[in-house]
Amino acid sequence: MTRVRRWLPGLLLVMPSLVAIGVFVYGMLGWNFRLAMTDRHDEVSEGFFVGLDNFFSLWSQKPWVISVHHAIVFTAVFVLGALALGWLLAFLMEKGIRGEGTFRAVYLFPMAVSFVATGVVWRWLMNSARDERAVGLNRLFDGLGLDALQWGWFRDQDWGMAAMAIPAIWQISGYVMALFLAGFRGVPEELREAARVDGCAEWQVYRHVVLPLLRPVTLSALIILGHISLKVFDLIVAVSGKQIVTYVPAISMWVAVFDSHDPAKGAAIASYIVLAVSVFVVPYLVWSLRREKRS
Amino acid sequence: MTAATTPAAPAAPVPPVRDARDGGRARTRAGWARGVRLALLLAFLVVFLIPIYVLLVTSFKPLTEADPSRAWALPEVWTFEPWRVAWEKLAPGIVNSVLLAVPGALISAVLGSMNGYVLARWRFPGADVLFTLLLFGMFIPYQGVMIPLVQLLVKLNEITEAVTGAQGVFYGAIPGLLLAHVVYGIPICTLIFRNYYVTIPEELIEAARVDGAGMLRTYRSVVLPVSGPAFAVVVIWQFTSMWNDFLFAVFLTGPQSWPTTVMLNNIAGAQTVPYSQQMAAALLASIPTMVVYVLLGRFFMRGLMAGALKG
Repeated sequence: MTRVRRWLPGLLLVMPSLVAIGVFVYGMLGWNFRLAMTDRHDEVSEGFFVGLDNFFSLWSQKPWVISVHHAIVFTAVFVLGALALGWLLAFLMEKGIRGEGTFRAVYLFPMAVSFVATGVVWRWLMNSARDERAVGLNRLFDGLGLDALQWGWFRDQDWGMAAMAIPAIWQISGYVMALFLAGFRGVPEELREAARVDGCAEWQVYRHVVLPLLRPVTLSALIILGHISLKVFDLIVAVSGKQIVTYVPAISMWVAVFDSHDPAKGAAIASYIVLAVSVFVVPYLVWSLRREKRS
Repeated sequence: MTAATTPAAPAAPVPPVRDARDGGRARTRAGWARGVRLALLLAFLVVFLIPIYVLLVTSFKPLTEADPSRAWALPEVWTFEPWRVAWEKLAPGIVNSVLLAVPGALISAVLGSMNGYVLARWRFPGADVLFTLLLFGMFIPYQGVMIPLVQLLVKLNEITEAVTGAQGVFYGAIPGLLLAHVVYGIPICTLIFRNYYVTIPEELIEAARVDGAGMLRTYRSVVLPVSGPAFAVVVIWQFTSMWNDFLFAVFLTGPQSWPTTVMLNNIAGAQTVPYSQQMAAALLASIPTMVVYVLLGRFFMRGLMAGALKG
């Protein structure tokens, strides 16, 4: 009884937040999923249970298939690009360099700005006009005599989504750098020194000592990048609007809700996005909880 | 190092002294490596700053210099005109964003502080599981809750109208958007405070308990006075994410309550608006978060790191 009196006030204090999360996260995810299993294809009809029909019928719709394809290309380029660039920047800096504070501040500042604002300038930089009418990067290439590098950027039929990943990499890789830099600095100097004493060359020290110890950081970065990528929305709206060349699931959902007024379809797309993100995040949460318990 | 760990060993053999020429060459090579690293970092610095150069330069150009051939050139005549027009168009959105982000960040911090305190230092059975369930809320794609959220806010509009007669209080207005941001901000705010409070020595809390202080009393007199840094991290984090949010805003607000990001997107999406005005508007919309970043970057970084679940 006294033990209950000891912890009960704590539970009461967090109760409002727990209830709010219960309703707004779990309740609404469930509500959304239930809506996705009805035939409520306009805003007035009641909606009858149709099972997973909406989930299957999406795959016979071309824009949806295209949007999934785009999301895969975007995710691959963005995740690998940001990981590689972030790692490289951290690697170049990890032993300390003059002006480190300035470098870090510049690489990281895009994180403080919204995708909508940076989208404005990236749309200009990645303008697809060429030669005399070119602005942005195509104009820059033209001026530098690198005409061959001019291309359609995000309007390119095949690799447009790879271009779309460029602003995202620019925005996030500073963050990945910060994660890796903390990882590099977390490797005890004694371990490196011991490897050197044992006759390892500097690259072998990295290969056998530092890189294996960076695995947890790499995993964290991978999860964070992956889940940002799967729900990417603002950036694409800001750079290209609702054009089919840059359709991704989050855009299709927006279009389903606001333009086609089809709540059931919107809910089905939203459920797919949740599912894709959960595949990344749930194992990660379980893993980090276990790791925390161990330490 | 080996000598230090094996004190019983007889006098360690004297390490062979490198001959001077050899040491000199090693130093030169290290110097070269440092030079290359610095050069690469500088090159990336330039690439990272290209978009900022474009934004600044274009935003000061008069319409007469809009020709593509001058795209990368500095303005011949510098003008504030695009900034003036952008300010006129964006001002209502900025007011809305302030009304959203300032109270929103403060409410979030208070909630996060209470939750973090309980989950770190006044635990109850099952707290770990609930905490993990809470954290999942940090990662969900908000698309997954958007349609029900809209329906709930519409319902709240109807209820408030029936009770008070006031129309459109939640859906399509700032309070609805604020509610959404505060609720979905609970997980990260709780996480930041919890990770901060576990560093307060257990003995301090125990001492207060032994002295007969209850939960709230301990919070007020022991925990709250040392919470400054965590409050700074959370307020900055929430202010930045509310200011920069577009997804919630585009689903939950209407023309009267559009925050800066939605207005900026409308300005930039219109074919008729010249680049100079678009870019001035983009800079204008970013000034508050940039100022926060420059002045309080240290706290901003800590919020970012909490997002990586690193305690």
